[in-house]
Amino acid sequence: MTGEALPREVARTTSARSPRSRAFRFGISKLGVTLFTASLAMIFLMPLLYMVLTSLKDSDQLNALNAPVWPATAQSYTASDGTQYTIYSVPMPDGTQSLALEKPGRISSTFIDPKTGNEVTWVGNWRALSPVWNLTFDWQNFTDVINVLNFPILLRNTLLVSVLGTIGAVSSAVLVAYGFARFKIPGKNGLFLVLIMTVMLPFQVTLIPQYMAFFAIGWTGTLLPLIVPNFFANAYNVFLLRQYFLTLPRELDEAAQMDGASPLRILWSVIIPQAWPAIIAVSLFHFFFSWNDFFVPLVYLSGHADLSTMTVGLEAFSATYARAGSGTLTQTAALLAMILPVAIFFVAQRAFMRGVIISGVEK
Amino acid sequence: MAITEDRMAVHPPVPRSTSLERRENLTGLMFLSPWLIGLVVFTALPMIASFVLSFTNFNLLHPATFKFIGLDNYSRMWSELINGGAAGASLGVTVRYGLMAIPLTIGLALGLALLLNQKLLAGKPVFRTLFFMPVLIPLVASTIVWQGFLNGSTGWLAQILNAFGLPSPDWFNDPAWAVPGLVLLGTWGIGNMMLIFLAGLQGVPTELYEAAKIDGAGPLARFRNVTLPMISPVLFYNVLISIIGVSQYFTQAYVLDPGANGNPGGSTLFYNLDLYKEGWSYNNMGYASALAWLMLAIVAVAALILFRTSARWVFYAGGER
Repeated sequence: MTGEALPREVARTTSARSPRSRAFRFGISKLGVTLFTASLAMIFLMPLLYMVLTSLKDSDQLNALNAPVWPATAQSYTASDGTQYTIYSVPMPDGTQSLALEKPGRISSTFIDPKTGNEVTWVGNWRALSPVWNLTFDWQNFTDVINVLNFPILLRNTLLVSVLGTIGAVSSAVLVAYGFARFKIPGKNGLFLVLIMTVMLPFQVTLIPQYMAFFAIGWTGTLLPLIVPNFFANAYNVFLLRQYFLTLPRELDEAAQMDGASPLRILWSVIIPQAWPAIIAVSLFHFFFSWNDFFVPLVYLSGHADLSTMTVGLEAFSATYARAGSGTLTQTAALLAMILPVAIFFVAQRAFMRGVIISGVEK
Repeated sequence: MAITEDRMAVHPPVPRSTSLERRENLTGLMFLSPWLIGLVVFTALPMIASFVLSFTNFNLLHPATFKFIGLDNYSRMWSELINGGAAGASLGVTVRYGLMAIPLTIGLALGLALLLNQKLLAGKPVFRTLFFMPVLIPLVASTIVWQGFLNGSTGWLAQILNAFGLPSPDWFNDPAWAVPGLVLLGTWGIGNMMLIFLAGLQGVPTELYEAAKIDGAGPLARFRNVTLPMISPVLFYNVLISIIGVSQYFTQAYVLDPGANGNPGGSTLFYNLDLYKEGWSYNNMGYASALAWLMLAIVAVAALILFRTSARWVFYAGGER
C-alpha cells in the first residue's frame, strides 16, 4: 500500500539469501509494478492515440471494413487505360499474391497482376479477400481543418483572452493576497471566509444578471466580458497566493519597512521575487482555465464567429462535421485545439503540479 | 476547511487605535479593493439581482412585458420537479451522473495515488505527468475524442470488445448508455484529485506504518486504520470539490447535443443544459434565475451535510478541526 513491500526484516535473518538475490527480487518486483503502471497509463491515454491516428486517416478508411488501425490507404493499380483497381491479397497455389481486382464475380473473379499486367482468374468469393493497405499519413485533414475552422482567427482570439485575462487575474490576485497576508484589516477573517465561499458559489447564480448588465452596456458580442472581470481578483488565485505569501519570512519585509520602503515597493521588490513558484503556478492555472473555458464564451460570443475562442469554434465545427459523419476532421480539430495547452503543460508541469498541491493540501 | 487559521490573527491586544494603525488598515483595504469591488459588482449585486429576477417573468428580448409574478417560477419548477418535467428530469440526470462519477473518480484517483506512491515504481514523475495530462485538455476537445473512441462501429472500445466476442453499446447514441459514457469521459479529470491524494499520502508519517506493522497489521488493515484516517481531510476536500464540479456540469453535455435537448432521448439533459436553454434559447431569464437559485440551495445543503457529518469521519491529526 505504502511502498513497504521491501523484503522484510524477518526474511533477512531467517533465510540466508545473498544480497544479490535480494536485489534481484527487488528488481523483478519493481519491473512488475512499473510495467503494470505503464499498461494502465496506456489504457488511460488510449483515446488520445485514437485521436492522433484518426486525424491522419482519410475518411474512407475510417468506415472501411478490415481496415488497419494505423493510417493507411488501400493500395491500387492503375491500368494502361487509366482505370484504377484496388489491390487485394489473394491466396494462389504458389503463395499469397497482391493482385488488382478487375472483374469481381460471385464464384470467380479476374485479377491483374500489377507486376506483369497479365490477367489471372481466381476461384472463390472476392468479398472474403482483404485489400492491401499501405501506411500513409493523410495530412490533408490538417490543411482542411485549419482553413474551415479559421484556426488563425481562433488562435488570435483565444490568446488575446487568455493572455490579457491571465495578466489581469494574476496582478489583481497578487495585490489582494498581499493585503490578506500582511495587513491588519478590521474583519479580515470574516472577509477571508467570504472569499472561500465564493469559490463554492455556482456560477449560474451570477451569470444571468452579469449577462444582462454586459448586454445593457453593449459588451455582449465583444471579447470584453471575457477579459475585464479577471482584473477583479478571482478567489481561488487569491487563496493560493495568500497561502504562499504566509510562508515567506516577515523579517525581510520589516527590514525594508525600516528602510522606509512603501508597501507597494515591499510587494514589488521583496515579496514577488520570493513568490515566483506560486505566481507561475497561478498564471498557468488561469491560462489553462481561460483557454479551456466554454460556457462563458459561448454565452457572450454566440452569433459572432469572427470572435470565437478555440473551444467555441471547435464545438461549432464538431456540431457541423460530426453530423456529416466526418470523424477524421473532428478528431483533427480536437487535436489542434489541445496541442498548445498540452505542450505548455509538458514544459511547465513541475511548477503547475506544485500549485495544485498547495491549493489542495493547505485546505 | 481549516482556512481561518491565520498568523495575522494573533496580534497583541492594542489598547487604542493609533493613527499608524488606521493607516495600516487603510493600506490593507486598498490592496483588497480589486477583490472587494469585484465582490460587489460581479458577485453580490448579481446575486441580489438574480434572486429578484427569479420572481419575475423577465425576457431579455421583450423587456417591456417585465412584471413581478410572485412565486410562479418556483411553482412551475416545483411541478416540473414532482411530475418529471424538464427541471425534475435534468436534476435526475445530474444526480445520477454524480452518484456514478463521484465514487468512481475518487476511487480511481486514490488507487492511482497509492500506486504512484509505491517505492517499487520507477519513473514516478513521468507517470504523474501522464495521468494528470488529460485535465489540461479542453473539455470540448476531450468530449469529441471520446465521442469517436466510444463510437459503436468505428470506435476502438467497440472494436476491442467485439474482438473478444463481446457486444458493445453505442454509448453516446443510446439513451441507456450515454451517461455511463460521460462517466468514462469523467475519468480523464481525476488528475487533480490524484495529486491531492498523493500529497496527502506523502504527509502520513512512516512511523505510524512501522508501529502498525509491529502490531501485526497486514497491508489491508494498515490502509484501513492508518492511511484512510490520515488522508480523510484530503478525501473530504475531494468529495466537496467533486460535488461542486457535478453541480456545474455543462460543456460535455452541450457538445453531445448543441440543441440542448440532451439527446439521445433526453438522457443527457443535465441541469445546466436545461438552465442554458431556458435562459439563452428561450430568453426566459426569470425562470432561469429561479433554476440557478435551486441549484445554489442544493449545493449549499449538500455542503452543509458534508461539513456536519465530517466530525464523524474526518480526522485532523493536530487534534483541532
